Amino acid sequence: MSRDRTLSSRPVGVAILIGLLILAGLLSVTFGARVTGWTEIRAGLGGDVRTVGGAAVASRVPRTALAALAGGALGLSGAVMQGITRNPLADPGILGVNAGAALAVVVTLAVGGLVPLEVYLWTAIAGAAVAAIAVYLIAGLGAGGATPLKLALAGAAITAALTSLTTAVVLPRGDIAGLVQSWLVGGVGGATWDRIAPVLPVMAFGAVISLACARKLDTLALGDETAAGMGETVWRARLVAAAGAVALCGAATAACGPIGFVGLVVPHLCRLVFGVSYRWILPTSIASGAALLVVADVAGRIVLRPAELDVGIVTAFLGAPVFIAIVRHRRVSAL
Amino acid sequence: MIASPELRAVRAEARRRRRLVLALLSTMVLGVIGLSLCVGHSFVPPGAVIAALTGAADGGEAFTIRVLRAPRAVLACLAGMCFGMGGAAFQTLLRNPLASPDIIGISAGASAAAVWCIVVLGLSGMAVSVAAVTAGLGVAALIYVLAWRGGTAGTRLILVGIGISAMLQSFIAYVLTQAPSWSLLEALRWMTGSLNAAQIDQAMPLAVALAVFGGVLFALRRDLETMRMGDDTAAGLGVAIDRVRAIVICAATALVAFATAAAGPVAFVAFLSGPIAARLAYRGGSILVPAALTGAALVLLADFAGQVLLPTRYPVGIVTGMLGAPYLVLLIVRDNRRGTSL
Repeated sequence: MSRDRTLSSRPVGVAILIGLLILAGLLSVTFGARVTGWTEIRAGLGGDVRTVGGAAVASRVPRTALAALAGGALGLSGAVMQGITRNPLADPGILGVNAGAALAVVVTLAVGGLVPLEVYLWTAIAGAAVAAIAVYLIAGLGAGGATPLKLALAGAAITAALTSLTTAVVLPRGDIAGLVQSWLVGGVGGATWDRIAPVLPVMAFGAVISLACARKLDTLALGDETAAGMGETVWRARLVAAAGAVALCGAATAACGPIGFVGLVVPHLCRLVFGVSYRWILPTSIASGAALLVVADVAGRIVLRPAELDVGIVTAFLGAPVFIAIVRHRRVSAL
Repeated sequence: MIASPELRAVRAEARRRRRLVLALLSTMVLGVIGLSLCVGHSFVPPGAVIAALTGAADGGEAFTIRVLRAPRAVLACLAGMCFGMGGAAFQTLLRNPLASPDIIGISAGASAAAVWCIVVLGLSGMAVSVAAVTAGLGVAALIYVLAWRGGTAGTRLILVGIGISAMLQSFIAYVLTQAPSWSLLEALRWMTGSLNAAQIDQAMPLAVALAVFGGVLFALRRDLETMRMGDDTAAGLGVAIDRVRAIVICAATALVAFATAAAGPVAFVAFLSGPIAARLAYRGGSILVPAALTGAALVLLADFAGQVLLPTRYPVGIVTGMLGAPYLVLLIVRDNRRGTSL
């Protein structure tokens, strides 16, 4: 009965999702310090920057694209992490993966100065990978494996340690402190196509790997022993999927700075609407994550107009209550 | 009930070890205080230090000792004790070494309020302390209420705390981006915990807080030890678990918040003190006093190292943070393998 309802409502859900994404994109080019009208939007989207409104729209386009890309990457990455760890609280922010990427980028900035974006990209991914492995190993050792509590605590503790190290790097360098601090908040403001281009291949790579792992994640959801019984090499499935997830959130962090909670909230919403199969959760997480981050960015531009609130703050304040609600209302050991 | 001679021998041995450890820790704390009074940018011989402290000497050296080094050492000692005791109380109560106030959001609440006051409102001194303590208590209450579902469970409390903490960290990061560049480094330094601006009149409220809230925790130490065995067992043994839990959370939060207000959220002291003290002393007795002494020794040593031993003058929180990170990994790995907590 409920299965039928899920099946018949899925296409509707997908249609609504695509509609939301388009609407979010339109909102994003319309609102900001200056609200633009329809003709200005058409002019700006067409590349006509002779009017102020047109120029404003044109400058909002890459920003919107970056928000959508990063949101999609983070949403997908969170969904994969929840699948790998079978943990409803998994999120690149909560698990300390973003903090690892952030420390790596800050070290690069302090040592190398303004190196090309590709360098940040690869250091961010390396940092994310190291942090992810560390957290998973720490939480997974011992009796009971990586329970939600142990994972969340290990993530929080690693985040605290990495943040402390980041500050240690920044403190003697007054010259880069302001730059680092504004980057650490996580935002998509001032995006240009040049900033987006280098991360695209990595995101595409991560997305392909992650989406290809959907069936494996469904098998893992049955439990390690059942999955092994069904012929899945459990550790290899986890490793491959994790590589995709780390590439995604490392690339997103390199481009925007650490943005938390998107990866936590989005898969849960998708699970509510589209059911528990990762073949549905993963692709819909991309679209929902993109829509969420674009909307959060628009919200950040509106609440403090004409100033802006970085999108990382908005997602934290939207996401933390959801996190707490999950903790309160679910048996967190389930998934 | 008459204990067997073997049991009595074991208990006597445990008491002896406990006394030995307490004596050692106290000596260490006093020793480091003495060291940090004598050694700094310039060396002052012990005789001159005593003369300066008793008011028998005057001049540059006496100023250095009385105004610069002594308040710093006193504040380091008191803050360390508050962090150590508060942290150990949380860890014992929640039966998890990772559930220290700096990880479950209590310190983050105090810091968020303090940073907001410093950067946005331009306040300093007492007002910042009051705000930090109030916010620390407020966040603890919020966590407690949000984790309440017909009784609190430790797990839920910790997880809610992590969520709140993440939100507050993001708020702090935002406030720091609003800081003008001249106060950003100061705010950052405060955020990691620093004794740079230590003054002797900061020590008084901290000492009172330690006496009052430390006293409350000390009075409840047996109930706390019993709760280590699990809520149901403790309830069966006659502990009013919800009342004890509420009081312990309030008192431990107050300790941590007062210390945070005075010295900033010195990274990982609350987290490290309990487990280190447990390794040294724990054989069935209460962990609170050894943890307080360990905390004091940690902050004093780390501040000394940050001032004298390292090439750049780092604030104390950076040193404890760097010590804390590898120890954290070690601790989790070992405890997880053993399958116990603390």
